[in-house]
Amino acid sequence: MARDKLVFFRNGVRTELSDVDPNETLLDYLRLRERSTGTKEGCNEGDCGACTVALGRVRGGKLTYEPVNACIQLLGQVDGADIITVDDLAEGETLHPVQVAMVEEHGSQCGFCTPGIVMSLFTLWHSGRNADRDAINEYLSGNLCRCTGYRPIADAAMKAASVKAKDALDKRLAETQKEIARLGNGEDLFVGSDDRFFAAPATVKSLAELAAKHPDATILAGSTDVGLWVTKQLRDLPKIIHVGRAKGFSDVKTNTSKIVIGAGATYSEAFDALAEIDPDIRSVLLRIGSRQVRASGTVGGNIANGSPIGDMPPMLIALDASLELNHGGEIRTMGLEDFFIDYGKQDRKPGELVSKVIVPRLKKRDRFRAYKISKRFDQDISAIMFAARVTVSGDRIVSARIACGGMAATPKRAKHAEAALAGARLSDESDWQRAIAALDQDYAPISDMRASADYRTKVVKNLLLKALGEIAADEGGGGEAMRVTAAQGATAAGAETARRAGA
Amino acid sequence: MNKRFVPRTDTEIVGKALAHDSARGHVSGRARYIDDMLEPEGTLHLAPGLSPVAAGRLKSMDLSAVESAPGVVAVLTAKDIPGPNECSPSFGGDPILAEKEILFHGQVLFAVVAETRKQARKAARLAKVEITEKKPLVSVQQGLKSGKTVLDPYTFAKGDPSAAIGKAKRSLSGRIVIGGQEHFYLEGMISMAVPGEAGAMKVFVSTQHPTEVQHLVAKAIGKPDAKVTAECRRMGGGFGGKESQAGQWACLAAIAAQKLNRPCKFRLDRDDDMVATGKRHDFDTGYSVGFDADGVVKALDVSMAARCGYSADLSLGVVDRAMFHADNAYYYPEYRIHTDRVFTNTVSNTAFRGFGGPQGLLFAERMMDHIAIELGEDPLEVRKRNFYRRGKAVTPYGMPVKDILLEEITAGLEKSARYQARRKEIAKFNAGSRFLKRGISLTPLKFGIAFTLKHLNQAGALVHVYTDGSIQVNHGGTEMGQGLYMKVAQVVAEVFGQDISRVEITATTTDKVPNTTPTAASSGSDLNGMAAKNAAEKIRDRMAKVAAKLYQGKANDVRFSNGMVHVGGREVPFAEVAKQCFLERVQLSDTGFFSTPNITWDRETQTGNPFLYFAYGAACSEVIIDTLTGEMKVTQVDILHDVGASLNPAIDIGQIEGGFVQGMGWLTTEELVFDDKGRLRTHAPSTYKIPACSDVPEAFKVKLYDYPGKKPPTVYHSKAVGEPPLMLAVSVFSAITHAIASINPGRLPDLDAPATPEAILRAVDSMRN
Repeated sequence: MARDKLVFFRNGVRTELSDVDPNETLLDYLRLRERSTGTKEGCNEGDCGACTVALGRVRGGKLTYEPVNACIQLLGQVDGADIITVDDLAEGETLHPVQVAMVEEHGSQCGFCTPGIVMSLFTLWHSGRNADRDAINEYLSGNLCRCTGYRPIADAAMKAASVKAKDALDKRLAETQKEIARLGNGEDLFVGSDDRFFAAPATVKSLAELAAKHPDATILAGSTDVGLWVTKQLRDLPKIIHVGRAKGFSDVKTNTSKIVIGAGATYSEAFDALAEIDPDIRSVLLRIGSRQVRASGTVGGNIANGSPIGDMPPMLIALDASLELNHGGEIRTMGLEDFFIDYGKQDRKPGELVSKVIVPRLKKRDRFRAYKISKRFDQDISAIMFAARVTVSGDRIVSARIACGGMAATPKRAKHAEAALAGARLSDESDWQRAIAALDQDYAPISDMRASADYRTKVVKNLLLKALGEIAADEGGGGEAMRVTAAQGATAAGAETARRAGA
Repeated sequence: MNKRFVPRTDTEIVGKALAHDSARGHVSGRARYIDDMLEPEGTLHLAPGLSPVAAGRLKSMDLSAVESAPGVVAVLTAKDIPGPNECSPSFGGDPILAEKEILFHGQVLFAVVAETRKQARKAARLAKVEITEKKPLVSVQQGLKSGKTVLDPYTFAKGDPSAAIGKAKRSLSGRIVIGGQEHFYLEGMISMAVPGEAGAMKVFVSTQHPTEVQHLVAKAIGKPDAKVTAECRRMGGGFGGKESQAGQWACLAAIAAQKLNRPCKFRLDRDDDMVATGKRHDFDTGYSVGFDADGVVKALDVSMAARCGYSADLSLGVVDRAMFHADNAYYYPEYRIHTDRVFTNTVSNTAFRGFGGPQGLLFAERMMDHIAIELGEDPLEVRKRNFYRRGKAVTPYGMPVKDILLEEITAGLEKSARYQARRKEIAKFNAGSRFLKRGISLTPLKFGIAFTLKHLNQAGALVHVYTDGSIQVNHGGTEMGQGLYMKVAQVVAEVFGQDISRVEITATTTDKVPNTTPTAASSGSDLNGMAAKNAAEKIRDRMAKVAAKLYQGKANDVRFSNGMVHVGGREVPFAEVAKQCFLERVQLSDTGFFSTPNITWDRETQTGNPFLYFAYGAACSEVIIDTLTGEMKVTQVDILHDVGASLNPAIDIGQIEGGFVQGMGWLTTEELVFDDKGRLRTHAPSTYKIPACSDVPEAFKVKLYDYPGKKPPTVYHSKAVGEPPLMLAVSVFSAITHAIASINPGRLPDLDAPATPEAILRAVDSMRN
């Protein structure tokens, strides 16, 4: 027996809704139904962050608040969560420490982005992270401000961090967590009718069965892509099956040889396990979407939607990851690269779910490099995503797996270049040239608003040169810095590189 | 904060670093924007139907599916407009709804009115439109070659520049293509029209120019101006984008409201806003310059072609201002400064912070870099040698430059930013670095303050003192985040010697202060501050007379300070004096007015002064680039900027920092990409990248120049600050140039703006060929 009502918490207050349209967004609920108008709509596509709210969900046994973009979050997704908006922070006329700091540091001008910024900083305040500029950049990566130039906002974040007071959330957190636990999560959620519904099954079994029963349904994970079908393409999605409540579907499991990521795991949930593989994966993960997008978007969804410009698939292909699919309980696996057939076409049957991503760890002789090239460092879509796993033996390259995004209609291997690298010497740059030239046989990219074909063709070669140069330098005991990062510039030194830090 | 400015001592309230008037409202979500207002019962919502092609003739529109879509109440086409189908701020050519000719991709063909916004948006996509397509003119070059213009060319000239360039010891030619810029105000265009009785219409509108909206709406609905009220409490950002182009949406909302006799709200979706509203003008600028062995300019010939889009809009003033700033800080003995105002089948470009000035100024700085690189000299030295100075202080438009602060500010920054030492460190780094290169540049700024269209330099205000001592202030300026309301409130509080908390700020509305000019040209506080001061002083002087009479003092000796009125050796609470004025039947309310003196510019004869004064500043930026990918990071920025004697240093520093970062975006990551069919491909923040937090260096130091000597003839001797700082970001572009130039000294990198990774890589590669 499925539950036919949405149950969530609004600033700790239990709220039930049965009249939920499957396409209703969280932002429309807040602004149009509740008339809580503090939360703003800036872009309606999850890029500007003006609609940021804090979503409290139980993560690893602890109620944790993360920033999400309410504009592309579907209301049904918040089942079992606690929503805090900017309207909730002040207690009467007493502002929250984050709000006080924003006022004192002159962190608002036109004020329209401010509610979202306050909520992002509120989640940073509660995260326990040291509010240094790196953390602030990370938490504000999905909040655009057109007025201030961010300096006073960063100062406000630091100032607020020095306030140790307990806020209203601290005082009620344990109670809210108890109430969420009391909801129980054993029963499926099914709001609506058989031809128009929002469903969020509670188990993998019922999820797979429901998806197989409704092959025409939209499978929804984080809604960072599907949300835009609703808000921008204005598509009507009558049947939505949300994977987020299925027990075990979001689990991330690791052992000494591999990492298994449940397809429902968000980027935030999978972050530590993936980042551990290699520092470059960590760097790229920090540039995928924004803090908000990573709190909702899933690794599995990023694969299942088949985008040729997803950042994760090239890295996963270079790592030789594989995929598990589930069709009504029937399981099959395949190499990830084989999943991407052509533009907009994947090896997935209607009603079939991507259920797991299996990522082998690097072996002792494997070296890994990944580069994301985009117009802006943070929250941008790649012009080129380059990833390479190079297996070395002394001065020789034994083998290489190279995959790129943005270079073809799908994430694609560079097999000619890989072949040309086998046996090449690391110490001799002239040995690399054949492989670099071979990239012309591997890729024939197109021009679009992100970059021209010429640029892509040239840069992919330069990135292979850079990867080999960095690997060679590391093998040779270090060399000059070879990349520019957003983290640079704390001092005028410029030459410093955060790369490999601690590795 | 204290290290960033020297506090002023000559005033009580003016000069205090007070928070923005709505700061608490902003951070708590309680500051209301138009979309947050409670909607009157029965409010309907509009959505636009946009042209899918950029040029052609409209053959037919089948709107039957739109009309029968769920929730649709009406569909407006050109024939539903009671007045003329026109919403131009200037020379015409801006139809509210397309009739026959299609001029750009995204032009509004019709507007749907429905019960909900979502219904309206969905229905708008159901139209079947037939258009006979023509090949659109998209780029500046395509437009230029076609010979089609929106306005006549215009030229400043003196002497015989081509002969002088020929005779000069050295000469060179160059070209720079400068991209446009999307405003990306966080709050998109919005209007809500509420019909009143007897044909009245009240329009709540996010605009920098309520009076113009009032006039456009009145014309569109066929009513006298007096029937229409336009009101704006605050905008979620403007930046010039809501100066002239808020009118169309207000007109459509009002036409629907009048036709249906229901309140109508029109809020554009972000993508529609970006496609259908104007942007900063793109420029294609070619130049020749003759100079001596030291790089001192003898003569120049520059031609700037501006992409104006399909109509004139504000292009006359914008492109003129590019000419007014083609000198920036430099004296040109002989010159020809020519501009073409090019027609293209793209959205009509409009005002954007700097109003053409940035494009002119970028040319000047590009030319300085070019000369310096050619001579193998430090560009800063070449810049200094060309500065305006005594005897060489007349601009190309004949205005003498007085109170020049270029040398003082540049020298101050050169020292505090350690420019020379860092330049040496960078040269050393670059010599030892194969792939990464660093660059540094210090660029100066001089920016003329006033509307170059003389009649716009006026403002009105309305001030009320109530008998409890509280004060209400209203003026023609609008609040878009720049802190104007607070600055004007500080001025009024200063006049009355009252605490700022006693001053109530009210929404800008055409029924309180009529016939206003746009809040633009950085002149908001110059104009409205003066008008409010004028109103407040009239009331204060009357209060002083009453106080003198009642408390046996002399009116001239009465002082208003710290909430008290000091009279005849006594201190009387301000509220008490206000109450006494009422009992004495003395008026406690008044209007104020200001018109800027000494603005005498005549465009026809090219004589007179277009500006009241100049604002100065300088910025030093350092960057690092990756020559394999073109990636770039700004690593340090130091700014010294002149705001005269600041009305509010916190607000002024906010304007400087924000303006700089906005300019940095214009010159680096913000790229407007139109395809060859004239369709804007970067119509959302997913593809159009304004600076994010991590793009701003942690080492970002802004200081206000401590203003010495002669004080500007302005409200409490403050200077305008809205636009000038944007142009400080030219130092970033110049620093990138410096970094690339290190690859092959002596050669100017072929770098266009914006310096995206792709543009940088292209320039890097051109150095190696």
